[in-house]
Amino acid sequence: MLIPVLFGMTLITFSIVHLIPGNPAQVILGETATQEAINNLEENMGLNKPYFVQYGIYIQDLLQGDLGTSLRSKTDIAQEIWPYIAATLELTFFAMIFAVFVGTNAGIISAWKQNSLFDYVAMLIALVGVSMPIFWLGLMEQWVFSQELGWLPATGRENSRDPIEPITYFYVLDALLQLDFSRAITVLKHLILPSIALGTIPMAIIARMTRSSMLEVMKSDYIRTVEAKGAGQFIIVYKHALKNAVIPVLTVIGLQTGVLLGGAILTETIFGWPGIGRYVFDAISFRDYPVIQSGILVVAFFFVIINLIVDLLYTYIDPRIKY
Amino acid sequence: MSKRVLDINELHTHFFTDKGEIPAVDGVSLNVSEGEIVGVVGESGSGKSVTSLSVMQLIPNPPGKIVSGEIMFKGRDLVQTSLKQMKKIRGNEIAMIFQEPMTSLNPLFTIGNQLIEAIRIHNKMGKGEARQKAVELLEQVGIPRANDIVDEYPHQLSGGMRQRVMIAMAMSCRPDLLIADEPTTALDVTIQAQILDLMRQLNRDLNMAILLITHDLGVIAEICDRVVVMYAGQVVEEGTTREILKDPQQPYTKGLIRSLPDMKAKNQKLYSIPGTVPKPKVDMVGCRFAPRCEYAFDRCFAESPPLYHIGDNRTSRCFLNERDQREVASHDETVIKG
Repeated sequence: MLIPVLFGMTLITFSIVHLIPGNPAQVILGETATQEAINNLEENMGLNKPYFVQYGIYIQDLLQGDLGTSLRSKTDIAQEIWPYIAATLELTFFAMIFAVFVGTNAGIISAWKQNSLFDYVAMLIALVGVSMPIFWLGLMEQWVFSQELGWLPATGRENSRDPIEPITYFYVLDALLQLDFSRAITVLKHLILPSIALGTIPMAIIARMTRSSMLEVMKSDYIRTVEAKGAGQFIIVYKHALKNAVIPVLTVIGLQTGVLLGGAILTETIFGWPGIGRYVFDAISFRDYPVIQSGILVVAFFFVIINLIVDLLYTYIDPRIKY
Repeated sequence: MSKRVLDINELHTHFFTDKGEIPAVDGVSLNVSEGEIVGVVGESGSGKSVTSLSVMQLIPNPPGKIVSGEIMFKGRDLVQTSLKQMKKIRGNEIAMIFQEPMTSLNPLFTIGNQLIEAIRIHNKMGKGEARQKAVELLEQVGIPRANDIVDEYPHQLSGGMRQRVMIAMAMSCRPDLLIADEPTTALDVTIQAQILDLMRQLNRDLNMAILLITHDLGVIAEICDRVVVMYAGQVVEEGTTREILKDPQQPYTKGLIRSLPDMKAKNQKLYSIPGTVPKPKVDMVGCRFAPRCEYAFDRCFAESPPLYHIGDNRTSRCFLNERDQREVASHDETVIKG
């Protein structure tokens, strides 16, 4: 499944990018360029070749790990893109940790204590959470926690006057690898606000999904059997019910992670986060075709990988599922 | 007479729904003695399952609630018992098996895991020791290759095997009372017979009392010592299996027995009681069976018949038995056994 999906992705990104009106050669050379200069540049870059030939060249390079050269910065995209990917992956990871931890527990307790005050409050928060625009939440967070209270930094990944020596570009990991705990804490502090802003919608969706799935499972015969054994509520809820309820929740977690990877542009912009979303966004305004293609492709690649992991987790959780 | 294990007195379990209060169990009294197998028989909706779930305090609340009555188990009233105490009784002193072996085991845990859990909830035991016990229990209920089955998942077993696993689980703490709620209904006939044999064998070997809920008089005839017939939330007749089957008194019981297919009577239309069980309501007037009863007369529609005591451990809720009574047990009082 992995390979055809990725192949399809290359086809789609390639087509979409070429369907966007506008001439990259024109953009590079500027408004006043002569037609001759534009033609020369198109010749050099292969833009005057038929589309399928261009696509063939693209795939050939891709298989060799060559994502092409950025039209704007003239550097190799495969090298240039990694820090952005790492930034996005790190942010997504922490956002999802927040979303999964808070979301599942809120959902479980809501289902366990159905129609209690906790249930009503948690589901109200979840409703507000899915409905709230991210940019507004982000700005409010910055205003309250950064501007007014001064607890947390508002933008960036690290203290720019005291930067980290990058190894993997996952800054938390890098700081820990260098046993530099004070920097690690600084980086974590930078992560808190954007993670919450980014994780709020998935958290709300996960909470609602977990609740409904748990309620369904709690009615089943095997839960009654466990009760009849004399098991305590904690075992019933967190062992027997949760494992059965988690599969649809896992699907949502996988899909939401993918959404965060690709759709974090707003959050990244508000919090000055140098992630893949902003990288591609900037590329779009410059008609930097190779960067746009590569950016989308990389996001699609991680999306597919995450869903593959989710599929593998299904088989681990449910012995009845076999591929 | 041997010691009573379970003594239910005037139990009222009601469900509070949007459409009003439903007295699913309306003044049921029954008892089970040590080593005895008592069958509770009735159509769907007669309140037999609710009675059994009430004993375990497993009525989903809301909407269900035990409104009044007592459930005496070894000298304790389970209705008044706290949830914490109840957990110690469930699975340990009273065990329960259910109708649907297909869905009664958690599909995501191995048989062994679920058995070991049942053992370790009530016994301080290491995992290895508990596993050994689990294998022994599986062997005891006649599961071949018990050592392998322990590590298998429920979906890898047949319905009959799963029901054996359920029984093994119920046996894990050697309970004084086993409540079996339609344990054979979902199984085919040969497997049914095996499961009943197994239950009778455990009953004899361990002197364990069984309260068997069923709608199948064949099952009753097979293993029960005594029978309680329920209709629309009430006990309508009680007696030994022999008495009930040979000489039913209450018209509903008569109807049930007539509805059994008879091998000798070929080419005859199978008898069925006309109509359906009425939804129990609060303040029902008259005998609940009267609308479907071929013997019904005016009084049946005006008054509720009490449970007439017509012999040793023999009762019937029908005005026709008024002249046979030895002692009348009024509707509100505990039945006095004579």
